[in-house]
Amino acid sequence: MGNFKFFLVGIIFGIILIKSEVVSWFRIQEMFRFQDFHMYGIIGLAILVGAISIQLIKRFNIKTIEGHYVSIPPKPMHIGVLIGGIIFGLGWALTGACPGPIFGLIGSGYYVYILVFISAVAGTWSYGLLKNKLPH
Amino acid sequence: MDWILQPWPWYVAGPLIGLTVPLLLIVGNKSFGVSSSLKHICAACFPAGIDFFKYEWRNEAWNLWFVAGIAVGGFIASDFLSETSVVDISQSTIRDLKALGMNSFDAYVPTEIFSWASLGSINGILFIVVGGFLVGFGTRYAGGCTSGHAIFGMSNFQKASLIAVIGFFIGGLVMTHLLFPLIF
Repeated sequence: MGNFKFFLVGIIFGIILIKSEVVSWFRIQEMFRFQDFHMYGIIGLAILVGAISIQLIKRFNIKTIEGHYVSIPPKPMHIGVLIGGIIFGLGWALTGACPGPIFGLIGSGYYVYILVFISAVAGTWSYGLLKNKLPH
Repeated sequence: MDWILQPWPWYVAGPLIGLTVPLLLIVGNKSFGVSSSLKHICAACFPAGIDFFKYEWRNEAWNLWFVAGIAVGGFIASDFLSETSVVDISQSTIRDLKALGMNSFDAYVPTEIFSWASLGSINGILFIVVGGFLVGFGTRYAGGCTSGHAIFGMSNFQKASLIAVIGFFIGGLVMTHLLFPLIF
């Protein structure tokens, strides 16, 4: 199987992103205007189910299908988490798409999002270039 | 089977997205996240001698397979599993967006902004190119996106992820409520 199994998980995740309308620019606007519960319900329940799953995996030492222990690296905390988060938020409201939905929208035939994707790669590249000059 | 063709309600979609977290952990001990793929693409295609991109990206290739799958899933869902791409958003959102001068509400995204033709306008460049750049720059600076921080990091009770999500909303609210009225 190798990496192909992650391709299959991606297909399932992509289908959910479309069917839940998370890919919709309008749903993101609705969220930032607090005019519907849809996005909050999705994110809230996703966190709840994710948290319960991680606790079960830790408590019962559930291993991977290949018999390895599951290890979850911590998320490092620094001032860039807040600054970068704000920068991402500005872009999220403009494009109406976080990285997952960018790929979902391209697959759905919204080909102009290929340019959103290329711009996002350029943004990531620019961060790499400037990393040592930015506060962390 | 008609339900599959309808949009899925939040109480179905939310838990399914949440299950992606244990699925990736159990299938291959992988942390759920999407924005890292942008970094791996930089490392694979344009490392340019930058330290941040000097690592063996092939060891992270699973993430590129994952995002390729998302695009294929998008194709399958929209072409075979959906009857409409009209999103049933609230009337108050439609009213607010009409007040900003928007008219097209018949697709997942406002096609009057997100089209090749709109690249000839400043707003088109702003929403498509500048917006995409901010998404790519911000996620890497913050160390994750909605998947890696808001869902995976929060599921693992990471303080950094809570701070990141607060940042996401500060940025989104400033853009929507303070800057959109100036842009449109």
